[in-house]
Amino acid sequence: MASTVPAERNLRRVIGDGDSIPDGEVEGVGEQELLDLYRSMVLLRSYDERSVIYHRQGRIGTYAIFWGHEAIQAGAFHALEDEDWIFPSYRESAIGLLRGMPAATVLSWWRGHPAGWWNPADYNLASICVPIATQVPHAAGLAWGKRLRGESTCALTFFGDGATSEGAFHEGANFAAVMRAPLVLLCNNNQWAISTPLSAQTKAEALVDKAAGYGIPGLRVDGGDVLAVHEATREAVVRARAGGGPTFIEAVTYRAEPHATADDPRPYIDPERVEEARANECLGRFEGYLRRQGVLHDDLEQAIKADAAGVMRAGIAAAEAEPAADVGLLFEHALVDPPASFAHDLAELRRILGE
Amino acid sequence: MSDLYLVEAVNDALRVEMERDENVMVMGEDVGRAGGVFRATAGLRDRFGPDRCVDTPLAEAGILGSAVGLCMAGFRPVCEMQYDAFSYPCLDQLINHVGRYRWRTGGKMTFPITIRMPYGGGVRAPELHDDSPETYYVHTPGIKVAIPSTPADAKGLLAAAIRDPDPVVILEPKLVYRTERGEVPDGEHVVPLGKARLAREGSDVTLVAYGAMVRVCDRAADELDASVEVLDVRSLKPLDEDALLASAAKTGRVVLVQEAPRTCGFAAELAAILAEKALLDLRAPVLRVTGYDVPYPYWTIEDAYMPSVARVVDAARTLLDF
Repeated sequence: MASTVPAERNLRRVIGDGDSIPDGEVEGVGEQELLDLYRSMVLLRSYDERSVIYHRQGRIGTYAIFWGHEAIQAGAFHALEDEDWIFPSYRESAIGLLRGMPAATVLSWWRGHPAGWWNPADYNLASICVPIATQVPHAAGLAWGKRLRGESTCALTFFGDGATSEGAFHEGANFAAVMRAPLVLLCNNNQWAISTPLSAQTKAEALVDKAAGYGIPGLRVDGGDVLAVHEATREAVVRARAGGGPTFIEAVTYRAEPHATADDPRPYIDPERVEEARANECLGRFEGYLRRQGVLHDDLEQAIKADAAGVMRAGIAAAEAEPAADVGLLFEHALVDPPASFAHDLAELRRILGE
Repeated sequence: MSDLYLVEAVNDALRVEMERDENVMVMGEDVGRAGGVFRATAGLRDRFGPDRCVDTPLAEAGILGSAVGLCMAGFRPVCEMQYDAFSYPCLDQLINHVGRYRWRTGGKMTFPITIRMPYGGGVRAPELHDDSPETYYVHTPGIKVAIPSTPADAKGLLAAAIRDPDPVVILEPKLVYRTERGEVPDGEHVVPLGKARLAREGSDVTLVAYGAMVRVCDRAADELDASVEVLDVRSLKPLDEDALLASAAKTGRVVLVQEAPRTCGFAAELAAILAEKALLDLRAPVLRVTGYDVPYPYWTIEDAYMPSVARVVDAARTLLDF
């Protein structure tokens, strides 16, 4: 039997508070890397804030907000190489932007338009997973398959605290561990599954403790600290590439926004705790760090934010310029060899639609 | 040609397809060291190694879910679900992902997954080892389903499933696994999906079935004092509608036989097609002989549940006397 290492409970932090808690550093992360992380966080923040507005304007459909989770997404993303695979939940819907996916693609997906389709192999990015935790076994399978092929590629999957209650999480994590799959299991513990608090989700003292049950290492980081997330993910990736199998990372944060645009959290949320989370949100914390390090100044910040705003303006314009989807797409692509009934059904539909 | 039991034909298909394509891998519970609880995968681990005939954790959603990821890495996984009723945990993956993933990539990525499992009753097994779950699978968009009744078709349909670029579920009648032998072509043998098999030609009445029920219909045909046609559907989706309609046009009398419970069973779909497209060919109502809408019973009374030769004969006589 492999020895089981107790999960690391201490919340890892790198970024200080500019006062009594000193700033740390991450080895190998210099000015360039810091600014790459910052640009990614700004792009994600811009995507998220604009999407909420687009939703209110009726330009996209129901949207799952990830405001305040940019540190987890960007920090983890930058620990990966381009050939590594990412398996997102809907909470990381815009992670593809960091791999060069047009914002219009993701916006189209939220607009319910097939222009939101992409080929996962083009970005090494799986389609957005809507059911909870069912992407975890996909990630385990991809990572296992890459190991079988002798490639050094690894996979990373994002999921929330609620997902750890799902059977799919358990089966996927266990599969990955048994198959020694090079996988990073990254749990965004924002302490809410819509209205269900973590205390109603688990009796585990910390989600990271679940790692021990799979015989894999567990790390716990401050999910509002992009550098702590980055460092922990990098450690997990190095272990995965070296044949050490999966790692579970619990990134602890707090959901300061509704679950989605369709959710009104007022009946269940603690407004004081939300205010605290908003005041301590990850982008502002990182900006403070970058300024203290002398890496960020007003002009640069404005330029980076203007770039991100431009990406979003171009993205929504391109998404809205998409012609209405042809009804033939109902049938096309469902199967490589469509049955005869598809052609019959489509012809009948076109006749009734008067096309 | 070799004279094989149906389960041996399954094994032969897996061996031939694994030799033909190194991306084909078999995975499931007890498929490796034990060679499968029915020995359908016997010898594959020794021949192809533990990475191509993989003993997995006991986790049906994990098996099918990781198969999705394996496809993304270029493999063609053949997943064994140990028993019909134990396959249900995989439905979450099947319905939410396997059947729709290609569509949501705009056809850019394919998922050549084969899911195979023993199904059906009549083998005196403990509870929940006897289900006929085909409706759940057939009802799922993006999934093809085939059910062989002969050793040759067991090999050929499984080979077709493994080579198919889309996900295919193969339900293997465990009652027939070691009760029927047949001639099976050696080497590569593919039976295309979407083609029914005329098991017996006749002109008075058509008995339509698949899997273990084909043999029941064949025996019923022997007992009937009429010219009986037996149509083995064998590919439920895609369905060979032409074969069904041709036989209905020929005999004008159709009995549909399935061992699954009646409501929304596959026979209901066949009956709907006949109602839509064969009404003027029919000389009598379409009748179904099915399992009942009750839980599959304990084995001392399972014979009363399973469609019997007597029930099929009774239905056919009703039509002949209509």
